[in-house]
Amino acid sequence: MNLSDSKKKLALAGVVCGLVAACLAYFGNPANMAFCIACFIRDTAGAFGMHQAEVVQYARPEIIGLVLGAFIISVATKEYRSTAGSSPMIRFILGMVIMIGALVFLGCPLRMVIRMSAGDLNAWVALIGFVLGVATGVLALKKGFSLGRAYVTNKESGYVLPAIVVGILILSLATSLLKESQTGPGSMHAPVIIALVGGLIFGAFAQKSRMCFAGSIRDVILMKNFDLFSVIAGLFVVMLIFNIATGRFVLGFNTPGIIAHSDHLWNILGMYVVGFAAVLAGGCPLRQLILAGQGSSDAAVTVAGMFVGAALCHNLGLAASGTALNPETKELVAGAVPLNGKVACVICIVVCFIIAFTNKRKETK
Amino acid sequence: MKEVDARGLSCPEPIMLTAEALKGAQGAVKVLVTEPHQKMNVEKYAKDHGKKTHSEEKDGYFEVVIE
Repeated sequence: MNLSDSKKKLALAGVVCGLVAACLAYFGNPANMAFCIACFIRDTAGAFGMHQAEVVQYARPEIIGLVLGAFIISVATKEYRSTAGSSPMIRFILGMVIMIGALVFLGCPLRMVIRMSAGDLNAWVALIGFVLGVATGVLALKKGFSLGRAYVTNKESGYVLPAIVVGILILSLATSLLKESQTGPGSMHAPVIIALVGGLIFGAFAQKSRMCFAGSIRDVILMKNFDLFSVIAGLFVVMLIFNIATGRFVLGFNTPGIIAHSDHLWNILGMYVVGFAAVLAGGCPLRQLILAGQGSSDAAVTVAGMFVGAALCHNLGLAASGTALNPETKELVAGAVPLNGKVACVICIVVCFIIAFTNKRKETK
Repeated sequence: MKEVDARGLSCPEPIMLTAEALKGAQGAVKVLVTEPHQKMNVEKYAKDHGKKTHSEEKDGYFEVVIE
C-alpha cells in the first residue's frame, strides 16, 4: 500500500484522518480540539502526575493508538527501521521547545488546522507565525543545517516507545494509578475503544501518507511541492464540512469554550516557535510520534522532550489560558499568555536560532 | 558516477542533496538513503525532473541510481 505516490491518494489519506478527528469530536473529545497532539501529550503527562493541572489529566488513547498504528503498519509493510544517533539531546530540547510554543498558542499544528476549520480566527492569525517559523527553518536548511546522521541500531531500541504506550494503556484500563480529570478538557473524551481505534487508523494513514504539518509548508516553500499539503487540505475540508454540518462553525475571535485566546502577537510567536523547531526536528509533533512508532529512537527522544515540556508548561505557569465565560457572572473572561509563558517563548526562539545556525552538515562546515 | 550519501539524514536533506547533485551532474547520480519513504521521494523527484531511476535494497539502506 503506497499512499504517497499521488496527490489524490494523499488527499484521500487526509480525508480519512479528518473523518477520524470528526468522529472523535462527535463522540466526546473537547469542542474544537478533536485531535491535538500537544494537548493529548500534555493530558497524558498529567495522568502520570508530571504536572498538577487537575483539568488536563487523562491518558489519551489517541496517542497510544498513533504510535501503535504507525508501528504495526510499518512492520507489516516492511518500513520499520530501528535507528538512532542523530543529535538526540538537541532533539530532546526541540521537543520541549515545540511543546512550550504549542501551549502558548494552545494547540499543535494539527489542532491549528482543526481550529481554522471551525472558524476560529485566532488560528488563522497563528498560521502566519507557523509559516514564518517554517520559513526560518527552511532558511537554516539552505544554509546547511543538519542534526547529523542516524544509524541503524538494535531492533529492540525502536520497540521501547510502542512498549511504553502499551504499558500506559494497561495501566489506564486495569488500575486506578493514573490521574483522570473530573472537570475541564481532560474530562471530555470519546470512549476509550473509539479513541484507541481512531488513533490506530490515524496513525496508520499518517505513516503511509507521511502526513506532516510542518513538512507540508516546508516543501511548498523549499521545492514548490504540494504533495504533503494535499493531505492537510483533505483533512481541513472534511473538518470544515463536519463543523458546518453540526453547527460547530463559529467565525470569530472571542469564542468561549473552545480553549483559545486572542493574544495575537503570542498566537503568532507561539506557532512561530512550533514551525521553526518542527522543521529543525524533521517534523511536526504528529510526525514525531509516527517516526517514533516506525522505529526512530531520535523521534522518541523528541516525544520525551515534549512530555517534559508539557510538564514544565504547567508547573512553571507557561501555558496560556483560554477565553471562557465566568459561570457565575456570565461575563467573558479573555484568555491570555502569562508573563512566564512570554519569557519562555522568547527564550525558545533564541534557542531555535542557536540550534539552527550552529549545527551544520560536515561538508558545509 | 557522482554519489550522494544521504543515509541517516532527516527529511528534507536527502532531497536537497539529490537536487544539488543533479544540478551539476553530467552522467548518472547514485543516491544512498536509509528510509523507504526517502527512497520513494528521491525516485519521485527524479521522475518529476524527467529522469529514470533504478533502485536496489542493500544491507540496511537503499541505493537509487538516477540516469
